Amino acid sequence: MSSADFVALLPLIVLGAASVAAMLAIAARRSHSLTAGVSLAGLAVAFWSLWPAVGVVPRQVTPLLVIDRFAIFYMGLIVAATAAVVLMAYGYFERQHVVREEFYVLLLVAALGCAVLVAANHFVSFFLGLEILSVTLYALSAYLPDREVALEAGLKYLVLAAGSAAFLLFGMALVYAQTGTMEFPALARALALGGAGHLWVLAGVAFMITGFGFKLAVVPFHLWTPDVYQGAPAPVTAFIASVSKGAMFAILLRFFYQSGSRDLHSAGLVFTIIAVCSMLAGNLLALLQDNVKRILAYSSIAHLGYLLVAFEAGGPVGAAAGTFYLTAYMVTTLGAFGVVTMLSSSERDAEEIADYRGLFWRRPALAAVFTAMLFSLAGIPLTAGFLGKFYTIAAGASQSLWLLIFVLVVSSAIGLYYYLRIVVALFATEPVPAAAQKPYPALGFAGGATLVALALILIWLGVYPHPILDAIQSAMASLL
Amino acid sequence: MILVWLIVIPLAGGLVAGLVAGRSQASCRVVALAATILGFLLSVMLWVRNYAHVSLWQQRNWLAEFDRPWIAGFGIHFHLAMDGMSLLLIVLTFLLGIASVLVSWREIDDGVGFFHFNLLWVLAGIVGVFLAVDLFLFYFAWELMLVPMYFLIAIWGHEHRVYAAVKFFLFTQLSGLLMLVAILTLYFAHHAATGVYTFDYAELIGTPLSPRVGLLVMLGFFVAFAVKLPMFPFHTWLPDAHTEAPTAGSVVLAGLLLKTGAYGMLRFVLPLFSEAAHRFAPVAAALAIVGILYGAIMAYGQTDLKRLVAYTSVSHLGFVLLGIFIGNRWALEGAFLTMIAHGLSTGMLFMLVGMLQERTHTREMDRLNGLWQTIPRLSGAGLFFVLASIGLPGLGDFVGEFLVLLGSYRSSVWLAALATVGVLCSTFYGLKFVQRAFHGSNVNRWSLADLSGREAAIVGAMVVLVLWLGLYPQPVLNSFEPTVQHLEQVVGPPSMAALSTGARTIPVILSPSRSAGAKDPANGSAAVLGTSPGALQRYGGKR
Repeated sequence: MSSADFVALLPLIVLGAASVAAMLAIAARRSHSLTAGVSLAGLAVAFWSLWPAVGVVPRQVTPLLVIDRFAIFYMGLIVAATAAVVLMAYGYFERQHVVREEFYVLLLVAALGCAVLVAANHFVSFFLGLEILSVTLYALSAYLPDREVALEAGLKYLVLAAGSAAFLLFGMALVYAQTGTMEFPALARALALGGAGHLWVLAGVAFMITGFGFKLAVVPFHLWTPDVYQGAPAPVTAFIASVSKGAMFAILLRFFYQSGSRDLHSAGLVFTIIAVCSMLAGNLLALLQDNVKRILAYSSIAHLGYLLVAFEAGGPVGAAAGTFYLTAYMVTTLGAFGVVTMLSSSERDAEEIADYRGLFWRRPALAAVFTAMLFSLAGIPLTAGFLGKFYTIAAGASQSLWLLIFVLVVSSAIGLYYYLRIVVALFATEPVPAAAQKPYPALGFAGGATLVALALILIWLGVYPHPILDAIQSAMASLL
Repeated sequence: MILVWLIVIPLAGGLVAGLVAGRSQASCRVVALAATILGFLLSVMLWVRNYAHVSLWQQRNWLAEFDRPWIAGFGIHFHLAMDGMSLLLIVLTFLLGIASVLVSWREIDDGVGFFHFNLLWVLAGIVGVFLAVDLFLFYFAWELMLVPMYFLIAIWGHEHRVYAAVKFFLFTQLSGLLMLVAILTLYFAHHAATGVYTFDYAELIGTPLSPRVGLLVMLGFFVAFAVKLPMFPFHTWLPDAHTEAPTAGSVVLAGLLLKTGAYGMLRFVLPLFSEAAHRFAPVAAALAIVGILYGAIMAYGQTDLKRLVAYTSVSHLGFVLLGIFIGNRWALEGAFLTMIAHGLSTGMLFMLVGMLQERTHTREMDRLNGLWQTIPRLSGAGLFFVLASIGLPGLGDFVGEFLVLLGSYRSSVWLAALATVGVLCSTFYGLKFVQRAFHGSNVNRWSLADLSGREAAIVGAMVVLVLWLGLYPQPVLNSFEPTVQHLEQVVGPPSMAALSTGARTIPVILSPSRSAGAKDPANGSAAVLGTSPGALQRYGGKR
């Protein structure tokens, strides 16, 4: 390996080193602020290391990893989002009566797994990244062991993720058995030479779609989502909803664009069905919920459906639209779960709609941020979510995917209803009975500043998306 | 640049008003009032300064324009432009904005800062809708005016405010998304034809579309505007939203938001999809007639004063829709005048009902009886604006509806006859309003305060304006003239040809807009024919 290879790998190396450093810091001195500080510093260095890495891309480092602009862009997203999670989790865990420090180690390892995923163009690195991510998420979901739902969430996630990993592995094995390669570009060549129609390849890709489907939580592989979202501690839910889904979408894009599997006609059909079902089921089921975390879980199912519309559109437009949508979605979900995190106490997370009644009149800034996030999820202008939806519909319209667009339009109108339910509660004017009026936990500076920053980014993306669009478009060029 | 100011003033005013409210509520109201007055003065100044050439026909030349690239990758520009039509609607916007701030002076005392923030931002959104000539920007503003309006209804409304607000939001959002899909289809069709990605209004006019696609895309726009207008059967959000909204919200809804629907029809549906609009005109006209009659009958059946006024809007906006799709000079001018006059008279009726409710805490007609004996000035104002609303000659609404009837008579006697029945029905609900609320004996022994100085000022100003519109509407019609000529050029001959087969057209001697020969319809169309050979052929062919 040359030194340029190491420069290209620098973000991954820094992330790995940061998790080791955090672990050693805990061994030296058990201090919440020290561990959080070390983790943040590690993430900051990892973010900085993206710039030297950009200088040497694109570069295939070992047969396993490819560091190109696409990977760098997604690594940037992952690192920044993880940093936001750390900042918001700090105040949350200050209030919890548990051992707090290991959370940050696990989080850094999970981020490392995600970073490996977005750079993988080989089955082995794909699976490695996925497992690094999954194993840490089991532990993270059940991080507050004295809450019953947390254990349920961890266990549920363990069983289903292990099952989906098995599907994925079996799919990879079938594809490998037919084509004799595990590298995505070589796979594309093999498929182009006539392997595409072979039954084993089709079955393999079908199994892999099942694995992807579980991780992305799209219908009909979505059953774990509401329970895990509800049970996991709010910062962990924020991480699962944003970073882990984002990394999975990145590898989905890379695998299907670079291995040539997108050209399989039946794969397109399957994704269309999945997208339609996810958009409708996610939005309709969310109508029935009274729990904010579960509403956001079902809404995430619907949003992954919207993302698949962009994916289905394909080409540079589809990839760019999907990536922009995902960026907007990550900012929005982090913000939304950030508010939940801020309001959660040591006994329970603030997850009932009732917890939010009249929030605006007592905590206007927090309620305003939450409202902005909800409007972004609903796709209202001035927010990033609006431009994301616009771009997605544009991508679909450019390929005449009228069925998908029609479902998207109808289901986002349905979706608006449950977002408005929360907004109505935030601005409710009837006085809350004094007995039910619990004092909110104090806002930490770190968490508050992060939320404000997220809200500003949300509006920046929604009003002046030009710079980020340019970055995305140049990043997507390396995918094709 | 002045166009940007028209949007920035209410935006900034809203922010400042929201921020100072923490210290003093009075200063918040003053800031909001100052912002609306500033916007009003600016727009009136534009009108006066440009009055000399506002009525001149300028092909694709706007009175004022502002154009900057915004999202270059998609060909999106921050492109604002103003012609006589949008100028007048903006004057109306700020005028009703001033009235809304004044009428809320005593009514709103909770969350004053956030209220005025929302009120001013909804005005900014409306101004944005009237000025945007980039379709993306238009959609952006179109959606943006929803959110503050939603808050106005959901927070400061009456008993069923949440239901009404959510219904309003869902209706407009769903129809708006259909428009977004239509805009994007047009965008890609334009790219397919010319290789240029643009959302620019002037560029998109004349994009070739196959008849089927053209009709579907037109319907996407049409539905969005028809929901706002509101057209039967998409009107069901309106009675709820108008009734539950606070007074200022009802004024803005009835006076302005409904006009954005009509404006969209005039600005986008007719010019962009002239062929499809032609074919669709009979359906739209029929639905307009249904709306006129249905709105009037439903209004007669109401006992809640606000609901009654809300249904009259359905009826009046039916005239606007009819006028737009009849599409000849008289009908278009009538539709536009009705838009302005309805904004003033119905907006004022909502304010009067609001004042009554503030005093009596009820909107039920049966509980009000005989108010004339205790509050003669307010009741007199009520009578005046009810008479304006039912179309008494000499007042604003009459001129508009008369011109629409005249125009539709040229196309189809039957349409005109049915619409006239609607005018007749309006007399019933109008008189019912006056008799039940103001006349009779004061059986409930109301003893109320009459108009305060603040209220009398609003009423007085509006009375003058409605009289002016009724007696001398020429300045308004002159400013609308370029739009009429533009529509005549792109849309061509009266679009109701299909309906007029059974009807004898009669020669109309009356020159609709001005007595000077230079602007009579024959000369006007001749000038148009001179500029466009295509229009000539189409015009001649249909004759």
